Amino acid sequence: MSKGLPEARTDAAMSELVPEPRPKPAVPMKPVSINSNLLGYIGIDTIIEQMRKKTMKTGFDFNIMVVGQSGLGKSTLVNTLFKSQVSRKASSWNREEKIPKTVEIKAIGHVIEEGGVKMKLTVIDTPGFGDQINNENCWEPIEKYINEQYEKFLKEEVNIARKKRIPDTRVHCCLYFISPTGHSLRPLDLEFMKHLSKVVNIIPVIAKADTMTLEEKSEFKQRVRKELEVNGIEFYPQKEFDEDLEDKTENDKIRQESMPFAVVGSDKEYQVNGKRVLGRKTPWGIIEVENLNHCEFALLRDFVIRTHLQDLKEVTHNIHYETYRAKRLNDNGGLPPGEGLLGTVLPPVPATPCPTAE
Amino acid sequence: MAATDIARQVGEGCRTVPLAGHVGFDSLPDQLVNKSVSQGFCFNILCVGETGLGKSTLMDTLFNTKFEGEPATHTQPGVQLRSNTYDLQESNVGLKLTIVSTVGFGDQINKEDSYKPIVEFIDAQFEAYLQEELKIRRVLHTYHDSRIHACLYFIAPTGHSLKSLDLVTMKKLDSKVNIIPIIAKSDAISKSELTKFKIKITSELVSNGVQIYQFPTDDESVAEINGTMNAHLPFAVIGSTEELKIGNKMMKARQYPWGTVQVENEAHCDFVKLREMLIRVNMEDLREQTHSRHYELYRRCKLEEMGFKDTDPDSKPFSLQETYEAKRNEFLGELQKKEEEMRQMFVQRVKEKEAELKEAEKELHEKFDRLKKLHQDEKKKLEDKKKSLDDEVNAFKQRKTAAELLQSQGSQAGGSQTLKRDKEKKN
Repeated sequence: MSKGLPEARTDAAMSELVPEPRPKPAVPMKPVSINSNLLGYIGIDTIIEQMRKKTMKTGFDFNIMVVGQSGLGKSTLVNTLFKSQVSRKASSWNREEKIPKTVEIKAIGHVIEEGGVKMKLTVIDTPGFGDQINNENCWEPIEKYINEQYEKFLKEEVNIARKKRIPDTRVHCCLYFISPTGHSLRPLDLEFMKHLSKVVNIIPVIAKADTMTLEEKSEFKQRVRKELEVNGIEFYPQKEFDEDLEDKTENDKIRQESMPFAVVGSDKEYQVNGKRVLGRKTPWGIIEVENLNHCEFALLRDFVIRTHLQDLKEVTHNIHYETYRAKRLNDNGGLPPGEGLLGTVLPPVPATPCPTAE
Repeated sequence: MAATDIARQVGEGCRTVPLAGHVGFDSLPDQLVNKSVSQGFCFNILCVGETGLGKSTLMDTLFNTKFEGEPATHTQPGVQLRSNTYDLQESNVGLKLTIVSTVGFGDQINKEDSYKPIVEFIDAQFEAYLQEELKIRRVLHTYHDSRIHACLYFIAPTGHSLKSLDLVTMKKLDSKVNIIPIIAKSDAISKSELTKFKIKITSELVSNGVQIYQFPTDDESVAEINGTMNAHLPFAVIGSTEELKIGNKMMKARQYPWGTVQVENEAHCDFVKLREMLIRVNMEDLREQTHSRHYELYRRCKLEEMGFKDTDPDSKPFSLQETYEAKRNEFLGELQKKEEEMRQMFVQRVKEKEAELKEAEKELHEKFDRLKKLHQDEKKKLEDKKKSLDDEVNAFKQRKTAAELLQSQGSQAGGSQTLKRDKEKKN
């Protein structure tokens, strides 16, 4: 039986068949390109429909984490993004609940449905981040949580009898809220993003952008971008993962012009010009959330949900998760890459997060 | 399946939250599909059947193109698999199609092992995927999936029943691949015989416990059509790449003196049904079944074979760690043992070599001594000879001087006489 497919040869050579079967992983032969349009309709493109149906039946998971100091409007923004009360606002805490002493991680899941597509949305909130007097290492619980989700997925994947659909709790996207000081990034911001941009997709967001005028906004954005670049922080969409030229040009535009998005969140509706819009009412006017002239919320929403949702998941799965997995399996005595899982030992999950620096 | 997953999660404490407006994630399936379209799809078909049943022709007809390859002879010594990969493009969808065909199946006199190369080939594809999945640095999302998604089993149109070779082979394959049995060259059977044949085949498959691929009926949109198609299995097909003019259209058909058999006419054969089911309706499901059922089964068996378990006999979960630890220690122990062995062997060899060298040295010394002795003996002998010669020379000299003395005395007396004689001669 012919293992190791030979290159496409002429008919005469086709009769060269490997005599004895040797268990070699079959390498694909160089494919012969045939344009079947000329010869009649086969129906291969129906696979798109089939795939769509299948994915609609399967449903989707999406896990979004919001990080930022309290009072920056994180929960409001998430509620505005998903047009529903998916995040419990801090202002609705009971009087007895104090500000947490350390960073807590709270994950709440909801199922939302639209157009026949069911999505399980999990919003991971991080109350207490940056709120203490001494904020050293306050990103560590967050890093630990993210790595724990990777660990959970890895354990499931490595099982012998595994589930048909491994539940995906890995953080696909982390919205980092920057305080609209108008000056520059704070050391805490830089430290956090430096540590976490290697394990998760970070999307920096300038919160409460209604406190800045247009010029202040664009200056601030430029300064933030500059600082991020100087510090070597790669936020999503990362340059190195652009797959083709089309992606690159599209993402370049986003990276260099729009990010970080300056947003305003609101869940109250007001009447403007005869339409009901989400907005914030101030003595000097109503700030419309979805108006591109007022703030960039619509850009953020389109970016995260309408165009790059799947890509966020894929980068998490194909790149961040794989990096974690490789590191985890390699941690045991520097086996050369390519060596199998079998014959290695998984050390116990470290108490401190795995080192993220390569 | 997983729609129930989400429903279950709803029950587990996730509430369903109503949306107050259009969010936009209903474009998610489109995003997903676009990604897949840009990556391209792959689909692998395995055609199993005796030589001459029209496998290559059917593939040509299904995909509307002429694939390469020469028809095989009947004299193959064993069953081999021949595999070809093609890139097909239709509108914006690219498909990497791999067609694997058995060569020489059913031609041997002893067919006991005919199924083995096929099973090994399928397992090898699973193994390759498993290896890739277990690698530390892996690239699964760009991996060319070579696992067989569908196996078309060609049944010879005898009109009676399945051959025992068919039953044995199908039984071996049913847990490894999605089998779709088809009756080849079905223009050799009449309609009435065909229905009887089909019934006989299905009953034989059922009674032997062969699980053929059932088209999925859980999705409402395709449940109906799949249900009816399930009843038509096995499909009776005819393949032809020749186009003939019938009426005023060009159609694929086979011409006989008594009439023309049209391939795409549903009344003549089930080719259209096969194409519908295989390509237009269930391609994705075939791929999924291969991955989630057959591959998982293979993986589970393979890993268990290697000694990994999820739970030990007391059904406490075996931590993966312990298994790996044990394996690793075993492995290390073996390595150490081997190292020791090698070291011992090395030391041994060195000793032997040393001994040899010593021996050689000793021999050389002996030889040297011997030669020296010989040389000395020779020298002594020569000296003795020389001495004796010298003595002789001396003795001779003495005799010579004595003789000369005597002669000179005698010649003095006689010398004058000679002088006189000479003088007389002169005169």
